[in-house]
Amino acid sequence: MKISFYKIITFVIVFFLLIVFWLGLQKDNSYNTKSLVGTNLSSFNLPSINNEDTITENYLKNNKFTIINFFASWCAPCRIEHKYLLNLSNNGIKIVGVNFKDKKENALQFLNELGNPYEFVAQDVDGKASISFGIYGIPESIIVNDKLIVIKKVIGPINQQIYEEILENLK
Amino acid sequence: MLNNTGHLLIFLVMVLSLTIIYKSYLELKISSQKISNSIYQLSLFQSTFAISSFLVLIVAFINSDFSLINVYENSHSAKPLFYKIAGAWGNHEGSLLLWINILVIFSYFFLIFNFNHLKKFRLLTLIIQNLLILGFVIFLLKNSNPFSALEPVPSEGLGLNPILQDPALAIHPPLLYLGFVGCSIYFSAAMASMLANYRGKSFALSIKSWVLISWCFQTLGIIVGSIWAYYELGWGGFWFWDPVENASLLPWFAITALMHSVMVLEKRDNLYSWVIILCLLTFILSVTGTFLVRSGILNSVHTFASDPARGIYILIFLSLMILSSLLIFFKFYKKENYSFNFKSKETFILINNWFMTFFLVTVFIGTLYPIFLDVLTDVKISVGPPFYNIVIIPLVIPLLLLMVFGPQFNWINSNKFFSTKLIILILGAVGVNLFIFFIFGSYSFLTNLIFISSIFLIFYSLIELKKVLQKKIKYNLPRIISHLGFGMMVLFIGINHQYSLEDDFNLKVGEEKKFSHYEIFFDDIKLKEEKNYKAVIGNFRVKNIKNDTTQSLNPEIRIYANPETLTYEAAIKTRISSDLYLTMSNISRSDFYNIKFQNKPFMIWIWISALTIVLGGFLQLLNRRNEN
Repeated sequence: MKISFYKIITFVIVFFLLIVFWLGLQKDNSYNTKSLVGTNLSSFNLPSINNEDTITENYLKNNKFTIINFFASWCAPCRIEHKYLLNLSNNGIKIVGVNFKDKKENALQFLNELGNPYEFVAQDVDGKASISFGIYGIPESIIVNDKLIVIKKVIGPINQQIYEEILENLK
Repeated sequence: MLNNTGHLLIFLVMVLSLTIIYKSYLELKISSQKISNSIYQLSLFQSTFAISSFLVLIVAFINSDFSLINVYENSHSAKPLFYKIAGAWGNHEGSLLLWINILVIFSYFFLIFNFNHLKKFRLLTLIIQNLLILGFVIFLLKNSNPFSALEPVPSEGLGLNPILQDPALAIHPPLLYLGFVGCSIYFSAAMASMLANYRGKSFALSIKSWVLISWCFQTLGIIVGSIWAYYELGWGGFWFWDPVENASLLPWFAITALMHSVMVLEKRDNLYSWVIILCLLTFILSVTGTFLVRSGILNSVHTFASDPARGIYILIFLSLMILSSLLIFFKFYKKENYSFNFKSKETFILINNWFMTFFLVTVFIGTLYPIFLDVLTDVKISVGPPFYNIVIIPLVIPLLLLMVFGPQFNWINSNKFFSTKLIILILGAVGVNLFIFFIFGSYSFLTNLIFISSIFLIFYSLIELKKVLQKKIKYNLPRIISHLGFGMMVLFIGINHQYSLEDDFNLKVGEEKKFSHYEIFFDDIKLKEEKNYKAVIGNFRVKNIKNDTTQSLNPEIRIYANPETLTYEAAIKTRISSDLYLTMSNISRSDFYNIKFQNKPFMIWIWISALTIVLGGFLQLLNRRNEN
């Protein structure tokens, strides 16, 4: 068999494809943001819920720890975790709320009704900013230290056990 | 009991494969013209055992025999009989058994129907086909065994996913497999043809019917899948450029190209190497599609429970197939002379093949690009409809025109080109396009061109159809019907896409909503208990203000118990001119229901035209039988 340019190209393409397929198989395909823990938070700039103020990553540098909690009035599990957030806030832990894909009136009513545990309530109307925090569903919370390193990520509502863990670690 | 019977039958299929390979190999050296009877018999036994093993699996599903893991995981005793049976191929393991069945049956049929071809070619085809069978049987036994036993035997099964409990979906996989796995036989035949030096016209004659059969079933399978998506998924669409849909489209482009170019090989004894490449490519793409779907490498609505070991096995198999076919192709490649006259049928068929290749490459890149990007750079993206629409739609216009001009030319050389008749037709098409424009409203320049060229093709096909029917020549009929179907499909998809109305809103019982020229009343809801689910049925009236007619629509929310799942059944009123489409979904902790209402013009005509395309294929099969 003579070696020609076309043959080499064909084999190169076929091997490339097969190798990509093989590498693709080795990859974990499920979307996972657990690996976020230990990484640095990227910079952000979000407006407050009543559009009077904005919050950036500098705000977090003032606290030893900050919980960033993503919530919405339409989210049932958010109601369940709300009392734990209030307790954490009463224990002196700073919480920033990010209102996720929500209407302003509904969000304010939600906080009126259940209490406001947040130092600052930011809004993310179309949910795009939350993606850069590694959020893919709510409720989710991330805990960040003053060096902007993510030290914990909670997917789903905070329950008694997680609440105790947080309290233990952050005190 | 059933698991042992199943295992035994599969094992016999494997042993027979080995025996057939060995026997055929010995036979190659014998100089007699006929293939010995024992090979026919072995092949017949092999088919019988394969079919029996599949029947055993079906019986296990009918009897809800939960001692088989496969039945336990995919069935439930309260399921209707029809879906119990369909459950046998509605999962990875069972479908692989169906796959093997088709490999075996096609192998037998190819052997008995091609008796007038060269013996060496037939034996080599049989050997290669049995190597394929062997590969898949080993895969089935090692990794995806539908007969694996479960101990202790559970009293109840986990059930079949309710969105799969649909008549269209029950027949969708068998049709697709007939199409995709049917390609295996001319993959084997192509390899054998090169090895046995059985080239040219006779090779074309040996595979032509098989190409047609698998083309018909592939096309039908894709259409049925699309119908299922429309009626069952509740999004109101029928094609989503989802990676798995694309995976089914890749071999379809290759086989459509092959179906056309095999005619050139038959009539003009030319394009042999290209036909071989298409034969090999069609089955390779089928297996690639299977790899993409079953390994879990792509994320899609069709996700089968994914298993990396499964992926590795198919990938190894795929690599062996590709490499061996490349080596054989290059080793036996002979340079051909292509001296086509530009004004000849073969030129136009070749141009058709360029288009198919272009579509194939586009969809291939769009489907695999996310994998490449993920593997090479860790960036996750998805390629959606805008990409395909931008790249594919403009090229549909020249394709449509080509479908008018191409068939008019004779083989070798012809003198016709533009005639006054065609110019009148084009003017007529422009007229109809303007008519649509004024009736429905304006659209873009590109859409204008698409409408004009598709109407042109429809007109032209109708005139030809009339001629053929008057003179009662059957020869051209299948092609005319298929091309007519394609023209209609493009036109109706275009109109449907352009003029669909859609709105989303929340309603309580007793409320009403006005939208465009429709008024929608939400009268009440009812509860209903069925054998395997409970349903909340909404009672809606949709009033068309323009012509003062009212239709009642009853969408359902179904609660299936096994496995516990909610599904939303769209209420669809199909009429000649348009479909009304309404789905309702509950909003938790509220009396409101989310309503999605759509008016989709000419929906049923899209199915009719797609089925017309397939009808042409089946007519051609009948034609060929009569010729023989």
